[in-house]
Amino acid sequence: MTWKHYFTSSIGRKLIMGLTGLFLITFLIVHCSINSMIFFNDGGETFNHWAHFMGTNVIIRIMEIGLFAGLILHIVQGYMLTAQNKKARPVKYDTNKPNENSKWYSRSMGLLGTLLLLFLILHIYHFWTPSRLGGIANIRPLEETNLSAYNNQQALNLYAEMKLVFENNLWVVIVYILGVISLAWHLMHGFQSAFQSLGINHKRYTPIIKNVGVAFSIIVPLIFALMPLAFYLGWIN
Amino acid sequence: MEHYNMKLTLKVWKQKNSNAAGSFETYQVSDISSEMSFLEMFDVLNEQLVNEGKEPIAFDHDCREGICGMCSMYINGRAHGPWTKNTVCQLHMRAFNDGETIVVEPWRAAAFPVIKDLMVDRSAFDRIIQAGGFISVNTGNAVDANSLPVDKKDADTAFDAASCIGCGACVAACKNSSAMLFVSAKVSQLALLPQGQPERETRVLNMVTQMDKEGFGNCTNTYACEAECPKGISVANIARMNREYLKAGLNSEAK
Repeated sequence: MTWKHYFTSSIGRKLIMGLTGLFLITFLIVHCSINSMIFFNDGGETFNHWAHFMGTNVIIRIMEIGLFAGLILHIVQGYMLTAQNKKARPVKYDTNKPNENSKWYSRSMGLLGTLLLLFLILHIYHFWTPSRLGGIANIRPLEETNLSAYNNQQALNLYAEMKLVFENNLWVVIVYILGVISLAWHLMHGFQSAFQSLGINHKRYTPIIKNVGVAFSIIVPLIFALMPLAFYLGWIN
Repeated sequence: MEHYNMKLTLKVWKQKNSNAAGSFETYQVSDISSEMSFLEMFDVLNEQLVNEGKEPIAFDHDCREGICGMCSMYINGRAHGPWTKNTVCQLHMRAFNDGETIVVEPWRAAAFPVIKDLMVDRSAFDRIIQAGGFISVNTGNAVDANSLPVDKKDADTAFDAASCIGCGACVAACKNSSAMLFVSAKVSQLALLPQGQPERETRVLNMVTQMDKEGFGNCTNTYACEAECPKGISVANIARMNREYLKAGLNSEAK
């Protein structure tokens, strides 16, 4: 087996999907933890402190490249797998009852992933592009910025950016909530499925992995969903 | 169980050969006993068709004992019909009600071309076995029984995997027409036993390569295969094959 087979064979591709999937899950933990700092309701002080660290720390910035590489690999392999899978059944069943043998979300990973990708494009446009490409210097700890200046975008801080994006935009809030719902269902299957793809299926550990997966798929998207809601409904300011 | 006779409408896939385009044809059958098997119901229908001077429906069957794995019928949207852990010969007509319409199609997979009507060509499975589903044994006298100690747990797990009959229901039920459950059962069965060790790594690599070459899809872990398998083969075998593949891949010296 050559290196190429990890990227082209059926099991090789699934190993890549599992590994990148788990890697992206670890990113979600970091992302969700740091963003939850907004709930301190301290005008974004704690949150901006960490956002500043994430945006300026050299190690984090290098890891960010790895994150994009992992994300792109996950997306590209996902679509290549889907294309192969479609080819494997050229004639469809006239009558099919897949709900009697499997869960709808386990069969819809491509669709849920596509919805996530669309959401992600908007999400990157909202936060990553202005904060990273708009100049790292713009992400300053709150004490160096003037929150009231967020309207003219002169001194961008991420907390102010969140406020700007969510505060008066109902449709953005709705799109974000739909995005995290897609995430929840994608994780509901993906979390435990990644372990199976990596060869971990054990009478003792698999039930634990499945339960942790369900809890993760509910808790993390729920916290994410609360963020735009909190700004829109004015729970935090 | 109450015995009853029924009248049924059958919507059956008819296809002249692997190159022809197929279509559904509708048939009526009556006086079908609830104690008949699904294949016996087809026998009645075919006899009726022959008497009418029409062409009978081609379907595969061999043992009619639930172990040959020839039947390849997708009945009312399920592999081998509405019952679980079941083949078509063991599916009895009491699973259906009087007056019901039953849709019967062959397995749908690029790797399983339709030969005729409800018969599919599953020789892709044979080629996967030829690629690595074997062990090396010495000729000559048979070795003493139990000369190779096998852990009871491994023996049981290997036996469970070995109960795969190669029917293809896993491929048929999978949304991706993936053959992972079949191949993993064969890989597991031999990887668990001492006799399978010499070819252990080349086996999994070669069988997976052949599986991919045959045009089966990839595993999405929906576990529809396990749910529809007539022998209840566990998806734990798929994880084992993934493990075997990863291990063999890491050990490989090819660049």
